[in-house]
Amino acid sequence: MSYKNYRLKTFEKASLCRNFENEVFKRVNEKIINFPVYLSAGQEYVPSSIAQIVKDKKQKPLIFGQHRGHSIYLSFGGNIVELIDELLGKKTGCTGGMGGSLSINSNKINMFGHEGLMGSNACMGVGACFSSAKPTIVFLGDASVEEDYVLASLSWAAKKELPILFVVEDNNYAVLTEKKDRRDWKAKDVAKAFKLESYDIDDQPKNIFSVLKKNLFKKPIFINVNTKRLFWHSGAGVDEEVKGDRLTLEKKFLGKKAEKIHSNIKKKIENLWKQRLEK
Amino acid sequence: METTLREVIKQITFKHLKKFKGQVFGQNLTGVGWVAGTLPKLYEKDGVIELPMADVANGGMVTGAALVGRRPFYIIRYQGYNWLNCIFIVNYACKSKEIWNKPAPMFIRGLSSEGGLGPVSTSSHISIFYKMPGIKIYSPMTKKEYTNTYRKFMNSDDVFYVSEHRKSYENKIEFKNSIKKNLDIILMPISVTRFEAEKAKNYLNKNGYKVGIIHLYELKPFILKKKWISIIKSSKYGVLMTDNDYVDGIIRTLAHKINEQTNKKVYVLGLKDKSAGYTLETSNFPPSALEIINKIKQIKVKKRL
Ligand SMILES: Cc1ncc(C[n+]2csc(CCOP(=O)(O)OP(=O)(O)O)c2C)c(N)n1
Ligand SMILES: [Mg+2]
Repeated sequence: MSYKNYRLKTFEKASLCRNFENEVFKRVNEKIINFPVYLSAGQEYVPSSIAQIVKDKKQKPLIFGQHRGHSIYLSFGGNIVELIDELLGKKTGCTGGMGGSLSINSNKINMFGHEGLMGSNACMGVGACFSSAKPTIVFLGDASVEEDYVLASLSWAAKKELPILFVVEDNNYAVLTEKKDRRDWKAKDVAKAFKLESYDIDDQPKNIFSVLKKNLFKKPIFINVNTKRLFWHSGAGVDEEVKGDRLTLEKKFLGKKAEKIHSNIKKKIENLWKQRLEK
Repeated sequence: METTLREVIKQITFKHLKKFKGQVFGQNLTGVGWVAGTLPKLYEKDGVIELPMADVANGGMVTGAALVGRRPFYIIRYQGYNWLNCIFIVNYACKSKEIWNKPAPMFIRGLSSEGGLGPVSTSSHISIFYKMPGIKIYSPMTKKEYTNTYRKFMNSDDVFYVSEHRKSYENKIEFKNSIKKNLDIILMPISVTRFEAEKAKNYLNKNGYKVGIIHLYELKPFILKKKWISIIKSSKYGVLMTDNDYVDGIIRTLAHKINEQTNKKVYVLGLKDKSAGYTLETSNFPPSALEIINKIKQIKVKKRL
């Protein structure tokens, strides 16, 4: 696939995620959803770009996300209606109504659920990858990568040369505590010290594409992707207006075609939510 | 020559690796006595995996192996390390089937040891696993019990915690319950205290007491058999439980369950509520036969008053 085509396909995925999260935002405000919800709006380019590459390579990796997982689920082809139902607490949800927002999973797309201890998915992902020899992706946050057990998992993945990709969605925050107040090291440097091929990039699809196109699942790779969270850590709210939202930039660049895709997806998602709410 | 429990564990492990393509994870496995001689001399190519010195992560990594269906054995060489190792097992592996419809069956071999090993390595620490949902706990001390436990595991998709004791590895005998109506008291010992409880029972029965014994190794789920309930109900003083975990650990929970179903008093003896050192004087040993005997004498005297 040409990069141009890849970029448009990635936009389509990201647009799906954004429109979905905007709908969830509304439902939280309307108090239709009452449990903690972790919105991924603003960060969707990370899973979307990766999912598109994986799709083009015809791979079906094991996926281990953490709490902010809606965009991971949707980017990799998780069933939309089942995610809506899950957020509405229905038995027909992707996790049978047990998953809320934080613990969603999908056996169909090999996405494992998260229990709530940030970064635990790195350990489970490494173990599953080691024991199955299947390609695996672990999504972390810039804070969870600080957990000691995450570091130990990176070390072992490197030692065993696993076909695994670690992705840090670096939004600079642990809830509201900034990275600069938590540590003086870069995740990329620590990963490198463990002998992982590692990168620190921003969430332009071009960058993600270029660091992954060669070695994905051929060896362990670690990418720290700088991105921006639009909404609160948990719940539906806005702290401050974010400049440089990736989706907005990409839409502008891709022009009319993208705008059309975006508005069609928006309608589709709005309708789906309406239908499920009426059920 | 009759085989020991040690040999049986080794054989089961061998079969698990060779026949079922399972895996065995742990630290310092291939060497340092091969886990007190319970592990066959095999290596990574055979499925025996040396884990790094990262106990918290290791519990999670083995959970990952379980999630993809490798039915791993996970060896925790001293139960004191349970504190670090249990985190992702109890919070993920044990819940995975119920929440995500993804079972994570694993067979945890937690080794406990006697006293004299300081604040952490001494004795048994299964109480921290006990309260969590989704786990099964056994403490086999004999060959039959161990084989049964493994068989149950292979027919199940749950997480099994198998609380072993180093002192039992040389054991060749099977224990028998001794129960009849109208006993003075019934001993219900767990783990290594079963050996001492047997001695205490034999001594007391030779000295004018009527003491029965019910050996416990299926700890969670804990099922009190109907027959046991009626025997306990008909006893004079109730039950004395013994364990090599702390006295405020699972033994109190089990005692309460027995009490609820029998309305009889259930006494407990376990590790004392104090930190352990390394010497005879400072360590924290599980109840000895003598301590059990004294406790029963004391119960009898008190009741007479
Ligand atoms: C072990 C553990 N400690 C603390 C928390 C509380 N907590 C939940 S999310 C979070 C911040 C996570 O930040 P990051 O990993 O960067 O992900 P983000 O929320 O930014 O997507 C914290 C501290 C937790 N869930 N688990
Ligand atoms: Mg963050």
